[in-house]
Amino acid sequence: MEKFNAFIKNSFNKIRASLPANNNEKVNSFRQVAIENFLKKGLLLGKLENRDNFPIEKEISDDYEFQLQPTPYQPLDSIFKCKIKGIASNTFAFFNGWYLHSGNPITIFPNGMIIGSLIAAIECYPDLVFSRLGKHRLAGNNSLNALNEAFFTDGIFIYIPDNVVVEHPMQVVNLISSDQKLLVNNHNLIMVGKNSNFSLVYCNDSIHSENSFANNVTEIYIEENTIVNFCKMENKDAKSIMLEHVVVEQKSHSQFLSNAITFNAGYVRNQFHVTLAEPFAEARVNGLYLVDKKQVVDNHVFVNHAAPDCTSHQLYKGILDDEAIANFNGHILVSQDAQKTAAFQTNRNITLTDEAKITTKPFLEIYADDVQCSHGATVGQLNDTEMFYLRSRGICERNARMLLMYAFAVEVTSFIDIINLRSRLNEMIQRRLKGELSLCDQCFLNCSDRKNFSFEIDVSLL
Amino acid sequence: MLLKIEDLCVSIKGKEILKEFNLEINRGEVHAIMGPNGTGKSTLASVIAGKDIYDVTSGKIIYKDRNLLEMSVEDRAREGIFIGFQYPVEIPGVSMNTFMKTAINEIRQYRHEEPLTAAQFLKLMEEKKKVVELTAKLSNRSVNEGFSGGEKKKNEIFQMAMLNPELSILDETDSGLDIDALRVVANGVTHLRSENNAIVVITHYQRLLDYIIPDKVHVLYDGKIVKTGNKELALELEEKGYDWVKQEYERKKELQNGKI
Repeated sequence: MEKFNAFIKNSFNKIRASLPANNNEKVNSFRQVAIENFLKKGLLLGKLENRDNFPIEKEISDDYEFQLQPTPYQPLDSIFKCKIKGIASNTFAFFNGWYLHSGNPITIFPNGMIIGSLIAAIECYPDLVFSRLGKHRLAGNNSLNALNEAFFTDGIFIYIPDNVVVEHPMQVVNLISSDQKLLVNNHNLIMVGKNSNFSLVYCNDSIHSENSFANNVTEIYIEENTIVNFCKMENKDAKSIMLEHVVVEQKSHSQFLSNAITFNAGYVRNQFHVTLAEPFAEARVNGLYLVDKKQVVDNHVFVNHAAPDCTSHQLYKGILDDEAIANFNGHILVSQDAQKTAAFQTNRNITLTDEAKITTKPFLEIYADDVQCSHGATVGQLNDTEMFYLRSRGICERNARMLLMYAFAVEVTSFIDIINLRSRLNEMIQRRLKGELSLCDQCFLNCSDRKNFSFEIDVSLL
Repeated sequence: MLLKIEDLCVSIKGKEILKEFNLEINRGEVHAIMGPNGTGKSTLASVIAGKDIYDVTSGKIIYKDRNLLEMSVEDRAREGIFIGFQYPVEIPGVSMNTFMKTAINEIRQYRHEEPLTAAQFLKLMEEKKKVVELTAKLSNRSVNEGFSGGEKKKNEIFQMAMLNPELSILDETDSGLDIDALRVVANGVTHLRSENNAIVVITHYQRLLDYIIPDKVHVLYDGKIVKTGNKELALELEEKGYDWVKQEYERKKELQNGKI
């Protein structure tokens, strides 16, 4: 890691003047603080995971390239086919860390929503951006966060004013496609006002990326009485490394529902850090990972109950085939005055082979005395009695396995309220379980035209 | 002949359960198998279903002129064998609709028939639910999940109605049922009885046989059928218990041993 840290130090000195918004003092000092934090700690990964299971340090090298200019504009659908038909009303895309647009980096909607490039927002709405940017990070504690803040090229900026119900989900697509070994840092800032309702589908895809390393941070601020749905999906190249850090702060009576769904990964880490800052806030942090071959997926969830009367649920489920590796690390912190906290955590795993590995580590840290908390973790195989019952009715072994795995997986998606999105995801799960999804070399959501299912699961009836 | 079991010996973990078991069943017949606990009744059902925890050490099972023991679990079902389980398993997350539709269409595919359309399937479901007076909406319920004991058994007979088997083995389908549920289940089975199929009911109680009139009643003891009679035998057993049958059998065995 020494080499990597030296590489980052040199790179920062070399390219700092070429990073976006370099004429903005606030941004420059933001980057300066960040690089200092990073260099103080260095790249700290080992503390977070079981080193034996996660040889990521071997994968990170010290010869990454930074893309300091956007790729010349091409329409999104010419490079990438992703249609969540009838689900997302608008799609915003990033290409190798740069906002993809044809001259209009920010869209202002009639209802007052502002969506677009964070760099452009820094210029147009500095007060709005700096009222929040970086406020709720794990400052100094997390070197990856610091790395991101030092080098970020751009990211999505979303501002939803008070009293706005956004009917259809918005979609953000992060694409990485390069012949070079790119290190990409996207920094996203999402601010949702009071009494509002907003859904975001956030996709990370790589088209073909030579050992790319993405290190993204998403900050989400949710005001009172507001509901935010955040659905995050990964379909990455086997060689890619992706670290995603989502930081959420919730005000009173707000609801946050997230689903981190990993279908294909090289090395994917999803880190959720949710703070329930005011009473009666509710968070449901869910995840599903369906991985095979030598894929590695690593989920870290930290729910911080900082105020009384809040509720949190974590449900993470995974199916591991071949030599896949998964890690779940769930931490619930209940501070002393967070009385009447209800916090629940579940992690369930199915390993299909002896070589697949799962490490699950529930961790409750409770300082209040009037709380209701639980955690549970299981690792197992498919149930033989259930398999036999299905087969004894004429269902072949393959389909019986599929039915059981499907039933296991869709428990997670059943919490998604957006019916179209849920049924599309369930379709994806089927395809993934049948092994078809890994054949798609482009976005896994681009399947709406293919009607070649032979498997008799009627999703609409489930 | 639909099913012929010849000198079947079955053991589990070295323990012999069925010993030179013999049974012949023709289409149109209803057989009742009775007997004390632990004599191999459920083992028989499991071996016919294809459960692989049992070792078949010798003998054969011929079903529709084929060697049943060489067939996979699913192929047995596709060839018309149905087991009504004593303890139907709960499968959370798999809806009854999906389960039945997958099963029926796989069976149809095996028989080179077109799959049912959604409308045909739903119509069939509604029709067959009536057989066992199932009123619950099944479409959004997981297989047996949260079903009462009675509902689970009704659900077995409902599946039997859906799959229209040629040979049904009902393993203690009457256990755990109250009088009303017993009547419903038994009437359902009777309704499904035809000249083309055969039904084997494994039971401890004569009561079920008041509804499902058997052609033959067998007593299973010590891993084999030791006595066969008509429905009167069931009444006699109900009245006198199994001891006299056991004694009769032991005496016969001693005599045989003496001869040897």
